[in-house]
Order: sequence, then structure tokens, then C-alpha cells
Amino acid sequence: MLGILASIIDGVLVGLVYGLAAMGLTLIWGVMDVINLTHGAMIVAGMFALYLLTSALGLPPYLALPPVLIGGFLVGVALYWLAVHRMIGRPPLMSLLSTFAVNLVLIGIGTGIWGTVLFNVAVSVPGVSIGRYTFPGAHILAAVLAAVIAASLYLFLHRTRLGKALRAVANNREAAELVGIPTTRLLAIAFGCGVALAGVSGTLIGTLFPFTVLSGDAYQLKSFVVTVLGGFGNPVGALIGGVALGLLEGLVTPFVPVSWTLVIEFVLFVLVLIAFPGGVFTSRPSFRGLMRGFRRGAG
Amino acid sequence: MKRICLLVAAATLVAAPAFAEDDTITIGMTESQTGALNVDSLSQQRGAEMWRDEVNAAGGIKAGGKSYKVKFVTYDDQSVGGRVQQLYTRLIVQDKADFLFSPYSSGLNAPAAVISEQYGKIMLDTGGAEAKPFELGNKYLFQVLSKADDYLAGAVEALPLKSPHAKIAVVYSDDPFSKAVLAVAKERAKKAGLEIVMDESYAPSTTDFGPIVNKIVSSNADAFLGGGHYPDGATLARQMYDQKANLKWVSILVAPDDEKFGQLGPAALGISVPSQWEIQVSYKPQFGPTTPEFAKAFQAKYNAQADYHSATGYTGGALLQHAIEQAGSIDPEKVTAALNAMDVTTFFGHVKFATDPAHHGLQIAHAMVLAQWQMVNGKLGRQVVWPDAAKSADLLYPIPPATQ
Repeated sequence: MLGILASIIDGVLVGLVYGLAAMGLTLIWGVMDVINLTHGAMIVAGMFALYLLTSALGLPPYLALPPVLIGGFLVGVALYWLAVHRMIGRPPLMSLLSTFAVNLVLIGIGTGIWGTVLFNVAVSVPGVSIGRYTFPGAHILAAVLAAVIAASLYLFLHRTRLGKALRAVANNREAAELVGIPTTRLLAIAFGCGVALAGVSGTLIGTLFPFTVLSGDAYQLKSFVVTVLGGFGNPVGALIGGVALGLLEGLVTPFVPVSWTLVIEFVLFVLVLIAFPGGVFTSRPSFRGLMRGFRRGAG
Repeated sequence: MKRICLLVAAATLVAAPAFAEDDTITIGMTESQTGALNVDSLSQQRGAEMWRDEVNAAGGIKAGGKSYKVKFVTYDDQSVGGRVQQLYTRLIVQDKADFLFSPYSSGLNAPAAVISEQYGKIMLDTGGAEAKPFELGNKYLFQVLSKADDYLAGAVEALPLKSPHAKIAVVYSDDPFSKAVLAVAKERAKKAGLEIVMDESYAPSTTDFGPIVNKIVSSNADAFLGGGHYPDGATLARQMYDQKANLKWVSILVAPDDEKFGQLGPAALGISVPSQWEIQVSYKPQFGPTTPEFAKAFQAKYNAQADYHSATGYTGGALLQHAIEQAGSIDPEKVTAALNAMDVTTFFGHVKFATDPAHHGLQIAHAMVLAQWQMVNGKLGRQVVWPDAAKSADLLYPIPPATQ
């Protein structure tokens, strides 16, 4: 029984980090209808930034977060002008192909420099033990930081002028332009924010598990599942979706052979797509306003 | 004058290729320059290239009164099985490869072997341990490294000496190589009186082993056998340490055999890995370099420590060279006969191929060792701990409990 509880807690802790990763993907989709396929590469960039900052500069792991957040934002803005701006308003396949191409280039460069060799960043944070089960300190801290960053994003979107302008652009780009909002600049900022979120989630994942240049694919796939679960274009739903996915992994593993976890995950993914095409968490009353806005933006 | 020039040009065109082809052996192979298998494949490739460069520097392979220079033709298989057959067909048909080396890993070797056999080309399997391709009646496929069955034989023999009734958790990647290794290991463990308290496979793409480690703790296991390739093996090791699974014995496939595994620090301590070859082994070679000579030359050439993948890559070349020299010809049938008759020891160990039709080409003489990550003079490194005849350090048992 304690084992099941331990798995559930573990699942929720990791789920918060998955949720943070998915928030980056869903924010970009919500604001500009672009599925960012460089998402996995940006998660990996966050991991390698952590490795370089801790091994080369001797920075403590968690102090890597602010530079990754800023660097991620700048890279995201640059990427927007390079690969996305000219695709805005065109069929979704165009931006999908363009971001996929950038992803291949980045992964190719990464493989050329580092190979697919494994990197590990040692994090020494005391854990919490219940009976024979231990929750590593790094997992607890990563979950807390993911929740704090997610809450900051929520406040940014709802309480700041820039955040409100972003939501306005997501809601109705033409109307936003009519009231004088510089939409192109805001799209670049939204892309920057999305990439920064992918980067910091990569940094947090890098404190939990060893990684390679190719690790991004697995987390990108998880981000898609989480995004569908939480509703496309809905950052808060993404966080809840992440926790739900982690919870599911934790809950299922003690009862079925572990190789079945993935099967169950994707059966659920298909069922959710059929039953709730807009995502499970899009009808929560407390977030209705935000959802409606993002959904309209996505439509 | 014009006519003389034309004659000279025509003669050059006719003679030059003929001269080059006569004295050059083309060896074709794919390597995983990109994709998940890139690290181990690169190491295997470097071993093969080192052999080629040494042979060419010494004037080539001498057979039947001729000296043959060695030329490699390689393509990137992107670590994907689907690319392999197309590329090996190209190597044979377009690039006119005389001989072939296998790609890295069992999953890629099997499809490559279908093509090499179709065209009757000799292929030295330097990267695939799975025995299945050798049960299909292939005539030109020869396995340099020990088969998958042997991987955990050392662990299953050494563990009962320390803990006769150990409870084992068997958790492995759902891929052909790992499944083949663990299927045999489980049977041997049961025969040795060990109890299997958990037996599960996981998807190779698994990134978080937290729930699995909790399950291992719940099973009351005190020993672990399993893993797969990169990076699952290293993630498992780290999470077992982080979550204080406190197992007394942990044997993981492949991942701990790379130097980078040491980055895990205390999580790497005590982890054992079955290995085809380590720099501590000291076989007396009948030809070619000794282990220290090979390790030193490899370090000097690539500024990296030699591992078993580089050793198998080099040995594949050395065995082919020996077979051609014994045959006195590069005729495929004569070289095949020389490989069938081969029973030699190199720095890599004893090598002999099965000749019965049911297992033709399977490696039957090479022995594996068990290496363990230990602290020596304040530095983490791999030591050979089994068999006794080859060991460089005593087995560390039980693994010290996690302190974090």
C-alpha cells in the first residue's frame, strides 16, 4: 500500500515538471496556432545549458535557471524571426515543417558536437523517506520550482499589461491590432516565452535524470500527450494535464507490467481525443475566461 | 604528337583503375554516425579504422605473393534498422565491396546479414551479440564477439558465491538484445538456486524509472539484473541510488561499459557490467598487438580510452586479415574455409566459429568478463572482478548503501 502511495507521489512530482514543459508548447499554439516542433530540441538545450553552466562555470544547478530563462527567451525570439514569422497565417503544415527542419538542424549540430553520449549533473539535495521509499530531494525541489514558474506565468498573463496584450492577441489578433497592440512583436515575445519555458523545464529535468542530445523526443511526445489532456492553447490545463499524466504513470505501474504503461497512456490519449476534442480541463469554470480566449485564438 | 598524346591518355584510363582494383581490398560497412547508437558505433568504427591504418602502413595484407591495401566504404545508417538493407545492397552492388563488417548492435546486424548472405559476401559480425542470425543457415556470417547468452553468465555464477539464495529483480529493455540476454540469464539464475521476485521489461524510450524503482523496493529484491542500452541503464542506476533502493548487487547491460558512466559518481559505485573485453585482460596473442599495445595506440590516436567496442572493431579486421593470409587469396570460398578452420587467440581473447550448419558462424570460444565500478586511489574506474583467472580486483559486495 505504501508502495502505491510512493508511486503516486513520485508521479505527481515528475508530472509537475512535464506540465511545465507542455506549457511552453501550448502557449505558442494558443497565441499563434503554431505547433513548435523545436520544443524537444529546446528542452535538450536547457539540459545542456545546465551541464555547461554547472561543469564549466561551477554554478550550483538551480542558479542555472535564470540564465536559461533569459537565454531561452532570446533564442525563442530569434527563432521566431528566423523560422516562424513568415509562416504566420499560412497553412499549419508550413510552420510544422519549418520548425521540424530547425529541430533537425539543431539535433544534428548537437550530435556533431557531443555525440549521443550520456551527460549527468549531480544534484545533492537531501530526500524525504517514508518507510523504505525515498523521494529524492531533487524531485521535490523541481516540482516546487515548476509550480512556482507556472504560477508566475499565470500571474504574468493575467496581471501585467504585456500578459493581457498577449491574451488579447490570442483572443482576436485583428481586434488587438485595431486597438493599437503591436501584434507581430507580441507573437515574437510569446514564442520567446514558450521556448524559455521549454528551456527551464529541460534544466529541471536535467537535475532529475541523465540525458543525451536525443532525450528531447521523449519529452516532446509527453508534452503533446499533456497538451491534449489539458486542452490545446491552455497553459493552466497543461500543468493539470502534466500532473494527471504523472499520476497515471504512478498509479498504473504498481498494478500492471511496466511495459504496459505506455500502451495505457496512449489508449487514454486516443480516448481523450475522441471524447474531449478540446481537452479534459477546458471546461473548468474557474479558468473559463482564459480557456475561451485561447480556444478562440486557436480556432 | 597528337596521336601519341591520345594513346598515352587512353592507356592511362585503361591501366589506372585496373592497377588500383587489383591491389586494393574494399571493405564495406555502415556506422551509426547519428542516432541513439552513435557512441558505441563510433568506438567500434575507430577500432576498425585503426586496424586499417596499421595494415596499410605496414604495406597491406600479404596473400598469394601480392600486397593488398585496405579501403573502407562507409555510410551512416542513422541507428535505424530500416536503412541497413538498402545501404548494404549499395555497398555490394555499387561500391563493389569485397568483404563486409557488420553495423553496431544486434538489431542492425540481423537485417544486414540477410543482404550479405543473399550476395554471398563474407561479413564479420563485430557489433551484434544476438545468436538468432546464426541459426538461419547463413554460410558467410562470422561472429567476433561472445553471443548474448553469455552476457550475464558471470553475474549468475558469481552472485550465489556471495549470496546463495539472493532475491533478484529482473528489469530489462524491450529490445532483441536485452530480451535474448535476460531470457538465458533467468534460466541460469533459477538453476543456480536464486529466486526471481520481479520480472519485467520496459519500453526502450522510458525516461523516468521512479515507479519501477518503487516496485523493485516493494519486491524485497536484494539483487538486480537488467538494463538495455543508453541512456536507460544509466538512468536506472542513478534512480536506484537516488531512491535508496539499497540493493546489494546490481548488474546492468552495456551502459556502465562507457567511461561517461563514471559521471554518476557514487551512483556508479559497485555497479557491475558484463564486458567482452577490458584493458586489464592479458591474453597472449598469436598475432597482432598485446592488450597494452592496443590500448596505448588507441589512446594516442583518438585521445580516448579503448573499450570493448573498439576492441571488437579492431579484432574483426585482424581476423579477416589472418584468414586472407592463411587462404593465400581473397577468393571468398577460400577465405570462408580459412575462417571456418580458425582457432586463434588475439589480445581480444580466444576466437573460434561454430561450423555445424545449425549454428554456423556463431562465436563459441570467446569468454566474457564481469567488470565492476570501484574506487581505486580515490578515483572511480572499472575493474575486472570475474572470472578469478582474469580479475584485477576483488568483487565489492555488498554495494555500500546510498548516503545522500
